This record gives sequence, C-alpha cells and structure tokens, in this order.
Amino acid sequence: MKILVAVKRVIDYNVQIRVKEDGSGVVTDNVKMSTNPPDDNAIEEAVKIKESGKATEIIAVTVGEEKAQETVRKALAVGADRGIHVKIDSTVEPLAVSKILKKIVEKENPDLVFMGKQAIDDDCNQTGQMLAAHLNWPQATFASKIEVNDKSLQVTREVDEGLETIEVNIPAIITCDLRLNEPRYASLPNIMKAKKKPIEQINASDLGVDTNPRIEHIKIEEPPKRKAGIKVASVEELVQKLKNEAKVI
Amino acid sequence: MSVLLIAEHNNKEVKPFTLNAITAASQIDQDLHVLLIGSKADDVAKSLSEVPIVKKVLQIDHEIYENYIAENYTAAILKHADKYSHIICSANTFGKNLMPRVAALLDISQVSDIIKVISPDTFLRPIYAGNAFATVKSNDKKKCVTIRPTSFEAAETTGGTAEIEKIDAADQTENTKFINREEIKSDRPELGTARVVISGGRGLQSGENFKLITDVADKLNAAIGASRAAVDAGYITNEHQVGQTGKVVVPDLYIAVGISGAIQHLAGMKESKVIVAINKDGEAPIFSVADYGLEADLFEALPQFLEELNKLNTIQK
Repeated sequence: MKILVAVKRVIDYNVQIRVKEDGSGVVTDNVKMSTNPPDDNAIEEAVKIKESGKATEIIAVTVGEEKAQETVRKALAVGADRGIHVKIDSTVEPLAVSKILKKIVEKENPDLVFMGKQAIDDDCNQTGQMLAAHLNWPQATFASKIEVNDKSLQVTREVDEGLETIEVNIPAIITCDLRLNEPRYASLPNIMKAKKKPIEQINASDLGVDTNPRIEHIKIEEPPKRKAGIKVASVEELVQKLKNEAKVI
Repeated sequence: MSVLLIAEHNNKEVKPFTLNAITAASQIDQDLHVLLIGSKADDVAKSLSEVPIVKKVLQIDHEIYENYIAENYTAAILKHADKYSHIICSANTFGKNLMPRVAALLDISQVSDIIKVISPDTFLRPIYAGNAFATVKSNDKKKCVTIRPTSFEAAETTGGTAEIEKIDAADQTENTKFINREEIKSDRPELGTARVVISGGRGLQSGENFKLITDVADKLNAAIGASRAAVDAGYITNEHQVGQTGKVVVPDLYIAVGISGAIQHLAGMKESKVIVAINKDGEAPIFSVADYGLEADLFEALPQFLEELNKLNTIQK
C-alpha cells in the first residue's frame, strides 16, 4: 500500500501574528515557519502504518514556493520515503491545491491520501474534502483514530457531539486531527539521511490546472482590541463587579 | 435568485447552529430556502417551516439519509443546487465536512467560517485563529459559504408558515458506511453554546482538583472548559478543550482559572463578552484580555468564589 501525505508550510503556531500596516496581509519576513501542525500528525500516522507492515511507501507532497520544500524535507526526516514539490510562487486557494493534488494522485496512484484537517494560516478546512470530491473517493475528516483493514479503514472522527466512527473503502482521503497521535521528532542521523532522499520538483504551470484566485482579499486587519480590563483586589470585589457592573451572574 | 441553506438535524430536531446560520443566510438574501436531507424527519421539516424568515423548506426524505454521510448529502445538494445563488451551512464539524465537497464539484472557491455579511459577495472572516480579520470578495458566480454560528444570533423559531416541498433523493455512495456515534452525555450546558464557561488550566495541578471548577460550574450552570495544557496533562478529557485546536466559545461570561493564556487558547475564547482571569502569576498573558483579573492562588480563590456566590440572593441561569 502506498500513502501520499500532503503538507503545508505555515507561520509557526507559536509566533504572534502581525498584520501589515497597508492591510495587504500578515508579516512573513523573518518569521519562523514550520509544517502546519496537523500535517505532522498526518505524516506520523503514515509512518506508523508503514512500521506496522501495512504500507510500503510514503510520499510527501507540498504545493508552494521554493522554501516550501523544507516541509517535505522534514517529512522525509521522520520517515517519508520520497518527496514531491509542486512549485508555485503565487498564493493558491484550496480549490486549486486540490486540483493540483488530483494530478499528483493520478500520477502516483496512492491507496490513501493523508493531510491535516485544516491549515492554521487561512483556516479554510477545505483541501482534503475537495480532493476527495474531485477523485470521487470517500472522505474521513477530523480523524482521531484509524484502523487499517485489507480493503477499508475504520476511522473515528472528532465531531461536535462527541466521536463518530465510519468505515471507508480504499482508496480514501483522511484529514487528521491533532489528537490522532503524538508526532515524533526527527533524530539527527535521520535528518542527515533525509538530505539524500529524492524530492521531485514539478512546476504547477506544467500540470494544466487553473490556479487563478477566485477570492479577492480586499483588506487584512487587526481584530478589534478588547478594552483594557481592571485587576480586582479580592474575590468579594470580583463577585460584586460581575453582579452589579457586568451583570452577568 | 434564492439562497439555499443546508440544515443540520438528528431527524428529530434542528441543531441549534442551523438557526444561527439561517440568520446569516437571510442577511445575504431574504429569499431563503432550507434544504432538509433526512429520514423520517417530518418533525424537523415542520419546525423549520415555523422559522419566520424561512421562505420555503425543501425536504428530501429517504432511509439512506438516516445518518449524515457527506458523500450522500453532497449528491442530494448537487441535484438541487442549480436554482440558487448561494449554498450555505454552519461552520461546525457538520458544515466543515460537507461544504468543500459540494464546492469542489461546482468548481467554486468556498468562503469558510464567515463572521459578518458585508454584501452578497463580500464577507468578513477570521484567519490565523482570529489573530487577523480578512475582508474577502468571492468572484465565483455561485457561492459556497460557511457561517461561524457564534457570530450570528439564532433565528426566531415560531410564527412562520413556510411551504414544505418534498423533493427527490439522490444516489447513495457504496464507499462510506456509518458505524456509530458516541455522544457525550452531560447534564451541563454544551460548551459551544453555554452562557457561562469556566475553564481550568495547568494551574489546577491534577484531575481531582477540577472538582473546584465543577463546584463553581454547578452553581453558575456553566459549561466546563480546559486549556490544551490541562488536556495534554490528562486532567480532563479533550472534548473540553477551548482554543485554536479545540472549541471556539463566545459565552456571556468566561472564567479562566490557572490558565496562562497561550495564543492558541486565547484564539478560542477572546471574543467572549466578559472575561475573568484568576491566576497567581500577575504577568500571565491571560490578564491582557481579561475584563476582571484576580491575581490569587486558585486553591484559595475558588472556594471563596463559591462562598460569595452562595451569599447572593439570585443567580442568572
């Protein structure tokens, strides 16, 4: 079984986001970038499945500018076998990414595609479901547990009401929740070894996919600031304020 | 053209977030139709028809829709999507799972998780977990939009008399089977919709100490939340997690106890109307978003807090 894992390079989750003064976006210069956190869970799960003997090859793929390769390299360092970097310098919407990934799936014929449930930059939560739609494959989103059988997967999904379990036939798309597993760190020897693993570079423009944005970003702004609050001196004062000033209890 | 809202329900009743999404949809266009895909869901159809701002209810009733499977819902929606300018649903796990599948097959770039309707093609949506707001304009002819439910009031549920039209089912997928759903049962209000939320963090030091939180929650009829640190430390189960990677809550009152206020936690609660922080570290970032901060040891403050609440004659529920 072959598993394709899609990863995205985003601003590190510990970085305080700063909005550009001209309203055109957020500051990314000299800002620490990392792999989108739930994409790390996607890689980890693929590696665990391979370690259990149920998968033979893991391919990590990313779509983005030159430096996006770093996320593929990181995936190689924790156990992916080879990488694909679809190079594109402009911003790509999830719809276009899903069309690009469809081309890669058609080329590589994986049995499973894993990715994070949502990217922490645009917070769209679309790409996996869109790819599943284009391929007419089943989708199991927000996965917190995956059991691999011969021809199907049992996936437990994190939903608002609690946990839902579904069975999807292979081939399938799985989007991963942070609770799926605990991603491992790459060891130094594995980081060194990963440098020798191949990353194939493909120009997005050679794939014949329409990547023009359909959504215009008119303005990016800071969220409204909360009015500065006060410190209260005692529990008594707190309760009085909540009762008589805020009127919430 | 009219707008089509996809209802979430359990074949017995409408899920509350659908009512918030109905409000948002009616701000896009008043000619609002609701699509109900279910099995033996006549009661749901009736209650949707009684929502005054709903103009028409389209009901697909077939046993294949007894459980919600995105693939089956998508096929049903696509069969009836032609006549509509917008397809809309709530941006909870229901709509997040469903809408992109619909959008992709219509070749539409979806606008996710909007918090404001500026015009029928322009919306405000949070990005970077709410650390920035983007005003976005969709240039697709037809639009697929998901609504952040907590940003819109719930629609009125009585007084309407919309027509209920029965329409045809679509084909069923062979590739996805529903197995089961474990719903977390609790006597408390649901975290996502509670009027009051009290959350504990790593400062609680153990799962047993969450009893201090529970006691206050009982008194205030509050839902119980937690920081990721408390969940990771095993003090409490993960459905309580508030934050970028947990639930986003917007209660009237949010009480953060022993929570330092990591960026990822703030993203899940900083839109709350009134925020209280109780923390012994006066420099903790949680105080920067708190309306009322109390610098104190929670092990002393929480019992005192309960005592003071007991002294009050009345408490809002």
